[in-house]
Amino acid sequence: MLRALAAGLLVSIGCAVVGTFVVLRGLAFIGDALAHGVLPGVAVAMLLGLPGMIGAAVGAAIMIGGVTVVTQRSRLSSDSAIGLLFVGMLALGVVIVSRSSSFSGDLTRILFGEILGVSPADLAVQAVATLLVIAAAFVFYRPFLLLCFDPDQAQVSGFPARRYHGLMLLLVATTVIVSFQAVGTLLVFGMLLAPAATGALLTGRLRTMMASAIVFGTGSTYVGLLISYNFDTAAGATVVLVATIVFFVVLTAANVRAELTSRPSAAGWGHE
Amino acid sequence: MNAPRSTETVVTPAGRAVRSPRHPGAGQTDAPAPSGFVPAVRAVELAVGYERTPVVEGIDLTVMPRTSLALVGTNGSGKSTLLKSIVGLQPVVGGTLEIFGKSPEAASSHLGYLGQAHASGFILPLRAIDIVRMARFPNLGLLRPFKSEDNDLVAWAMETMGVTRLAKAPLRALSGGQQQRVYLAQVLARRADLLVLDEPTAGLDAGGREVYLDAFGRELARGAALVTATHDIAEAVEYDQVLLLARRVVALGPGREVLTADRLLDTFGIVVRDTHREHQGRLVVAERAHGSPQVVDTFDEEDAL
Repeated sequence: MLRALAAGLLVSIGCAVVGTFVVLRGLAFIGDALAHGVLPGVAVAMLLGLPGMIGAAVGAAIMIGGVTVVTQRSRLSSDSAIGLLFVGMLALGVVIVSRSSSFSGDLTRILFGEILGVSPADLAVQAVATLLVIAAAFVFYRPFLLLCFDPDQAQVSGFPARRYHGLMLLLVATTVIVSFQAVGTLLVFGMLLAPAATGALLTGRLRTMMASAIVFGTGSTYVGLLISYNFDTAAGATVVLVATIVFFVVLTAANVRAELTSRPSAAGWGHE
Repeated sequence: MNAPRSTETVVTPAGRAVRSPRHPGAGQTDAPAPSGFVPAVRAVELAVGYERTPVVEGIDLTVMPRTSLALVGTNGSGKSTLLKSIVGLQPVVGGTLEIFGKSPEAASSHLGYLGQAHASGFILPLRAIDIVRMARFPNLGLLRPFKSEDNDLVAWAMETMGVTRLAKAPLRALSGGQQQRVYLAQVLARRADLLVLDEPTAGLDAGGREVYLDAFGRELARGAALVTATHDIAEAVEYDQVLLLARRVVALGPGREVLTADRLLDTFGIVVRDTHREHQGRLVVAERAHGSPQVVDTFDEEDAL
C-alpha cells in the first residue's frame, strides 16, 4: 500500500510539472495520442516477455512520428487523420492483447493501471524519471515559456521552436511511459491534464500554477487511494476521478465567483 | 510627433533635431549604429511566399539603420509573409534577402519581432512584467540570471510604453490596448538593431499611438532600423519609406510621394473621396479583401499629394 502511495505521488508530481506545459501549449491532443500509442507497444512487450516500459517507449516514439508525419502531410484534415491514428493504435493494441490467454485481465491492467502491483524496480525507474523531468523543466524553462507565449517569438529569440517542441514532447512521453503502470495508459491522460488545468483556473503566475498542480495532483492521489482502499474501488480510476471532480468543482466555483464579483479592472493592480 | 516621420530629420531623446543619416555616418550625434554601413535589410529580386509558391515577387529594397519602412496593403497582400521572411520564420522563395549582411536565419541576435497573433495570451498565467522580461532571454540563454542592466531595461521599456503600474497585473486581466502596449514594451526591452513589427498599433487608442510613435522614433535615433506592416495610412505617411503591396509591388518610396489616390486604388481596390463639409477632400480607403468593403482609415489628401 505504501509503495502504491509512493508510485501515485511520483505520477502526480511528474504529471503536474509536464501537464502545466501541456495545458499552456495546448498539447492535450498529443498527450491523448501518446496515451493511446503506448498500448500496442506494451502489448507486444508483454507477449515477448519484455518490460512494459520498453514497449511503451517504442509505441510512444511511433505515435509521435505518426502524428508528426500526418500533421505535415495533410494540412486540411489533420484532425480526422490523427483521430483515426488513435483508434487504429487502440484497435491494434486490443488485437495483440487478444492473442494472450488472460485477455480481459491484461487489457484492464494496461488501460487502467495496477497501482498496487508496482514493483520496487518500477518505483526506482519512476523516481529517476520524475527527477529528470523536473530538472529538464527547470533548465529549459525559458524556451518552454517562449514556446507557450508564441512559437514564432521563440524562434526569433534564437531558441529553435521545433527543437524545444520536440523536447517538450519527449518529456510528455517520458511521463506517460513511467506512469502507465500505476494509473494505466488511458487514465494517465487525466493526471496530465486535471491538476494542471485546475491550477490554471486559480492563478495568474506560472510558478504558482505548477506548484498548485502538484498540490492538487498529490492530494487527489492520496484521497483517491484512501477511497479505493476503504470502498474497494479500482485504485487508478478512483484517483483520476477525484482529480477530475476537483477540476470541475474549482471551475464551477471560479465561475460563480466571477458572476458575483464583476471582473476586477486592471487599473486596480498597483505596486506590491 | 517626433520620429518615424523622420523623412529628413530625427528628434533625439534630448529633443534636438538632427539630420537623418540617409547617408550613414553623416551628422550622427549618438553612438554609431551597431552595424554602421551595413544595411539592416537588403532585398534584391526577392520573392516571398509559402511552400515555394510566391505571394510577392520582385521586391528590391534597402533599409539602413536609423531609417524606417512601412508595408501597406490589404490582408493577404504579402505584408506578413515579407515580415516573416525578414525575421527568418519563412524561407525565401527566390532572390536575395540579407539582414545585416547575413541570412535571416543567422541574424536572430539582431532582431526584435512582434507578431500579429497572441492567441495564447488569453490563458497564459503570466503577469505583464513576465512578458516583458522574456525579451532578455535571448541574451541570457537558458540559465544565466537577470543582471541589474536587464532589470533596468525591462523597467525602462515598461515606463516608456506607460505600463509600469500594470507590471504585476495578470496579462489576461488587461484590455487589448494594454496588452499591445505590453508586447511593444517587450520589443523595446530587446534593444535590437532591427525592429520588425506586424500591426504595431492594432488595438491602440490615439494616446497609445502617440506613445508608440514617440518610443520607436527614439529607437530610430538610437540607431535601430524599423520595419512594420500597417493598415493605417495616416501612420504610414510618417515613415521614411513606404512599400505598397497587393500580391505585387505597387510602389516603393517616401510615404508622401507613394501614398497617392491612384496607387491606393491600385492597392486597396476602393477609394472614396469624402465630401462632407468638415472632411473636405479626405480620402476613405476601403478593403475588398474579404468580399465586403471595410473602411481602413482616412487621411488628408493634401498631406499625401
